[in-house]
This record gives sequence, C-alpha cells and structure tokens, in this order.
Amino acid sequence: MKRLLVVLGAVCLVVLLLGAMHDLAPASVELHAAVATNLTASGVEHPVTAVLLNFRGYDTLLEIAVLLLALIVILAIGMDATISAEATVDVRPLVNPVLQTLAKLVVPLMILVAVYLLWAGSFRPGGAFQAGAVLAAAAVLLHLAELLPSWQSPGVKLRLGLAGGFLIFLAVGAVSLMQGALLEYPLEQAGALILLIESGLTVSLGLILAGLFLLLSRDDGETS
Amino acid sequence: MTGGLLFASVGVILFAMGVAGVLLLGHLLRRILAFNIMGSGTFLVLVALAQRNGIADPVPQAMVLTGIVVAVAATALALALARRLYVLTGKLELSQDDEE
Repeated sequence: MKRLLVVLGAVCLVVLLLGAMHDLAPASVELHAAVATNLTASGVEHPVTAVLLNFRGYDTLLEIAVLLLALIVILAIGMDATISAEATVDVRPLVNPVLQTLAKLVVPLMILVAVYLLWAGSFRPGGAFQAGAVLAAAAVLLHLAELLPSWQSPGVKLRLGLAGGFLIFLAVGAVSLMQGALLEYPLEQAGALILLIESGLTVSLGLILAGLFLLLSRDDGETS
Repeated sequence: MTGGLLFASVGVILFAMGVAGVLLLGHLLRRILAFNIMGSGTFLVLVALAQRNGIADPVPQAMVLTGIVVAVAATALALALARRLYVLTGKLELSQDDEE
C-alpha cells in the first residue's frame, strides 16, 4: 500500500514538474550576459572559475568550510579504534604486483594532471575542485594498492594541510574585508590572488577528499 | 523539445526516482544511494534549464560544481554515521517504531 502510494506520488511529481518546465517563462535576469561583461575585471578568463572564485567567492569559501566540517565530524565519530577487524569485512582486492606497479606509474601522472587542471582553470574548464578530485583519486588508488596506509589520527602537518586551503581563503577574505568588501579583489592582483586561493584549495580538497576515504578505511595502518 | 529540456526531463525523472527510493528503501546504504540520485537529478535540472536557450550560463554551472563537492561531503558523513550505527547496533536499518 505504502509502496503504491509513494510510486503514484513520484509519478505525479514527475508530471507536475515536466508540465511546469514545459512552459517556463524566460529568465528575468540574464546572468550569463552579466558574467560576460564583468569577465575582464575578474582576473581569470574562464567564466565558471570567475563565478566560483570572484563573483560568488563566498559560496566557495562556505563550501570548503562544509567539507572541513564533514571531515571533523567523521574524525569525531569514526575514531573509535575498537570497531576494528571483527566488525567489518575486508573487501579490498588482494595485493598484486600489477596493481602496485600500475599505481606507482600512474600516480605521478595524476599529480601532473592535477597541476595542469589547476593551471588550466584560469582560461578553460578546470580548476581547484577537479584538480583536488584527481589528487584524492591518486591517494585512494595508492591506498587500494596498499602503498599508503589508512590515516588513524592526523598529525600536525596533515591537519595544517587539511585546513590550509580554508585558512588561506579566510585570510584573503579578511584582508579584502578590511580594504572594502568581502572577497572583492583589487583589479591588478585578482589573478594572482585567485591562483593562490586555488592552489591552497587544491591541496586541501585533495587531502580532505582522500581523508574522507582513508579515515573511514580501517586497516592495520600506522599513525601518520 | 530542445536538448536542454530533454536533459531537464531526465533530471526530473531521476529526482522522483530518488525521492521514491529514500521513502521506500529500508537499507541505509541504498537510501544514501537514492539520496545521491536525487541530488544528481537536481544538478541535471539546474544545468539543463540554464542552457535551454542554447547559451550556457556559467553561474548555475559553478553552483552545481559547488553542490557536487558538498554532496560528496554529505555522502561521506552519511556513510560514516551509517557505519557507526552498524557498529553500535549491528543493523544497517533504522528502527520502524514510528509506523504505528
């Protein structure tokens, strides 16, 4: 009965939304035109990066804060060492030399790709998030190949790395707040500031995303 | 029907499937997956509707990029909570005592 009701409700929702989308009024604000006009003042040439780090920089600031918060909560609830091996089933693939060699070959290339993506973000699709995701994937690959132990309890260096991107972003925000408005960069330094923030974000995002996996993964890894 | 509208329709269907999944599935892992499908549908609608006139709008694209990263964080948090629940109770389902 409940199943039927929910399915019916979902179908109604689809019909309603499709109907609403079909005769949608044209957008009242032409945002892409506004972005295109102000692109020269943003310090970067790619519109998505300009929106992410200049026009709506506070969204990105809050986003990295949310990521950091999620990681802190995971650290708080997941750091119970007693849950170890009996409670969980080890589903990792068996270590084999092919996987390990492949990981060793691919990870340097992935780091190169991450740096390229970071650099490309200023003039074509790319940027800190994509670069951070590639870095995190490299760390997870290393972990699955058993070349990188899971993180039991982050040390000072790792904590700095995790929070660094957010702190750099926050510092830039604070300085710009003193000189005018929050995250409103001076025209001539905008490009350099965005690159600075993006570099910090890349490292922190990579570490945080990898941490979301490596902190939850339990093996007999050592404290890092 | 333009390409943008077609993608948005797929997004709507994904969203409704996700909603039904969150409501119907008992297993927490499946529920988290359904929640992610819901999110993907929303992202698809946002991006597709923004370019239904044939011009890509960077603002919704940037918002969706932000949303994807936040969704990853939320999923990881949900998985950690589900795992904690499993360790504490041995089950991956929420108790059904609110049914009466």
